[in-house]
Amino acid sequence: MALLEVNGLMKSYQPGNPILKDVSFSVEAGEFVAVIGPSGAGKSTMLRCLNRMVDIGEGQVFFDGKDVGAQNKKGLRDVRKHIGMVFQHYNLVPRLTVIENVLHGRFGYKSTLQGVLGRFTEAEKRKAFDLLEKLGIAEHAYKRCDQLSGGQQQRVGICRALIQDPKIILCDEPIASLDPNSSKVIMDHLKTISIDFGITCIVNLHQVDVAKDYANRIIGLKKGEVVFDGPSPLLTERFTDEIYGMKTVVETRELITV
Amino acid sequence: MNETVLKKRKFQMTLLFLGVIVLTYLSAWITDYGFISSLEAVPGAMAWMASNLLVNGEALGKLPDIMDKLIETIFMSIAATTIAAALSLFLAIMGSKTTMVNRAFGTFSRFVASLSRNIPVVAWSLILLLSFGQNSVTGFLALFVGTVGFLTRAFIETIDEAALGSVEALRATGATYWQIVSKAVVPQGLPQMVSWVLFMIETNIRSATLVGILTGTGIGYMFDMYYKTMNYEVVALITITIVLAVILIELLSTRIRKVIL
Ligand SMILES: Nc1ncnc2c1ncn2[C@@H]1O[C@H](COP(=O)(O)OP(=O)(O)O)[C@@H](O)[C@H]1O
Ligand SMILES: [Mg+2]
Repeated sequence: MALLEVNGLMKSYQPGNPILKDVSFSVEAGEFVAVIGPSGAGKSTMLRCLNRMVDIGEGQVFFDGKDVGAQNKKGLRDVRKHIGMVFQHYNLVPRLTVIENVLHGRFGYKSTLQGVLGRFTEAEKRKAFDLLEKLGIAEHAYKRCDQLSGGQQQRVGICRALIQDPKIILCDEPIASLDPNSSKVIMDHLKTISIDFGITCIVNLHQVDVAKDYANRIIGLKKGEVVFDGPSPLLTERFTDEIYGMKTVVETRELITV
Repeated sequence: MNETVLKKRKFQMTLLFLGVIVLTYLSAWITDYGFISSLEAVPGAMAWMASNLLVNGEALGKLPDIMDKLIETIFMSIAATTIAAALSLFLAIMGSKTTMVNRAFGTFSRFVASLSRNIPVVAWSLILLLSFGQNSVTGFLALFVGTVGFLTRAFIETIDEAALGSVEALRATGATYWQIVSKAVVPQGLPQMVSWVLFMIETNIRSATLVGILTGTGIGYMFDMYYKTMNYEVVALITITIVLAVILIELLSTRIRKVIL
C-alpha cells in the first residue's frame, strides 16, 4: 500500500455546494508532489482533509495503512504526529522564542501534563538545535519569532514540522507571502528535506513554474476535481491553460467584444 | 443629483438638531429641572465647598483610620479582580470560537458574561444586598460579578485575535487541547490580558467607593458615615486620599503595562 491513498474524497462545507468532488490519488514514500490550481479550487481543503483538520465528507484517506476518517481522538492524534504541516502565514506563536516554537512539534509525543509543564528531553532540545542549524537560523534560537523576517519564520515552521519525525509534510502555500529570494530558500530547503531525509512532501502552490522546477509530480485541481496528475515534465501549456482556464476565458471574451 | 442628496442630508441634520432641543426641553419640563436656577446654584455650591471641605488638624488625626479603610478597599478590589480574572480566563477559553470545546459550553459562557456585564455594578450591589446583607462579602461579590462579565468578553476577544494560526498549527502536530491552551493561547494573550486586569483593578477601586456606600463596607462606608454626621473636614480628607490612591494606582499600572507589552 502506498504511504497515502485518497479514494473518492468529497467535501462540502454547506450542503449542495461541493468543494471537492471525487478526488482520488495515491502518493508513494519519498515523492515530492505539487498541487496547483486557481484560488478557490479546493487545494487548502484537500490538504486539510489528509490530516483531518477539516472533517472528511465522503470517501477515504489512508495514511500509512490507517483509515484517517475512522480514527478516534487518540488515533487521530497518532496519525497527526507523523504528519508535519507548514502554513502560508507560518502560524507560530509570535511572542515565544524560536526554540520554543520548534519544540512545540513534539507535543504529539507527550502526555498533556508533560506538554503543559514544558518537559522536553535533552535529546529533543539537541534535535531542535540541529534542525535550526541545518536551516541556517541557529543564531536566532533565543529570539522572539516576531523579530524574524518572513523567510526566517517559515524556516522555524519547517523545523517545527521536522522535529515531529514526520513521514510526510503538508505545505499550504509556503511561499505565497514571501519575496522571490526567500521563496527560493524555502523551496530549496523543502527539496533537500525530501531528498536527504526521504520525507514525502505535498506542497500547494499557485506558481506553475515553481511547481515544475521542484516537484517530481504535479496534481492539478480545478473546481474540486483532479484535472491533471502526472510527472512534472508532462504538464504542458495545454494543461495549465485548462487548469487556470486562461486561454478559453480570453478567447470567449474576444468573441464577445468582437 | 448630488445636490439633492446634500440638501436632503442638511435637512436631516436640521431635523435631528431640532429634535434634540425639543427632547431636552421636554425632559427638563417633566423633571422640573430649571436651567437658570441650576446655573444660579453653582456659585453657591462652590462657596459651600470652599468653606466646608477644608481639611483641618482634627481631621488629620483620623488619617490612620482612613488609611486602614483605604488599604482594605484597595485590597478588596484587587482580590475581587484577580479572582474574577481566573474565572474569566476559564469562561473565555470555553467561549472563544478558537478554543471552544463544544457549542453548549460556549453559549453558556457567553451568556454568563453578557448577563453579568449588562447589569451595572451598583445594581449588583443592591441585588446582592438583599441576599447577603450589609457586609464586606456583598461588596466583594458585587465587584466580582461585574468584573467577570467585563473580563470574559475582553479575554474572548484577546484569544480570538491572538491565537488563530498557532492553534491550527499545534492541532496539526497532534497536541492535546490543554497543551494548545497553555503553550499557544495563554502565552500569546497574556500581556493583553494582564493589561485588561490592571484596567479593571483601577476601575474597581473607583467603583469600590460607591459600592461601599451602598453595602456599608470599606472607605465608602466611612465616607458615608462622616458625611451623614456632617463632619465635612474628614469627608474632604477621605476624598483626597481616594483621588491620590487612584492616581497612584493608575501611574503604577501604566508602568507595568509598558514593561509587559
Ligand atoms: N471553513 C470554510 N467554510 C466554508 N467554506 C469554506 C471554508 N474553507 C474554504 N471554503 C470554501 O471552499 C472553497 C475552496 O477553498 P480552499 O480550499 O481554500 O481553496 P484554495 O486553497 O485552492 O484557494 C472556497 O470557495 C472557499 O470559500
Ligand atoms: Mg488555499
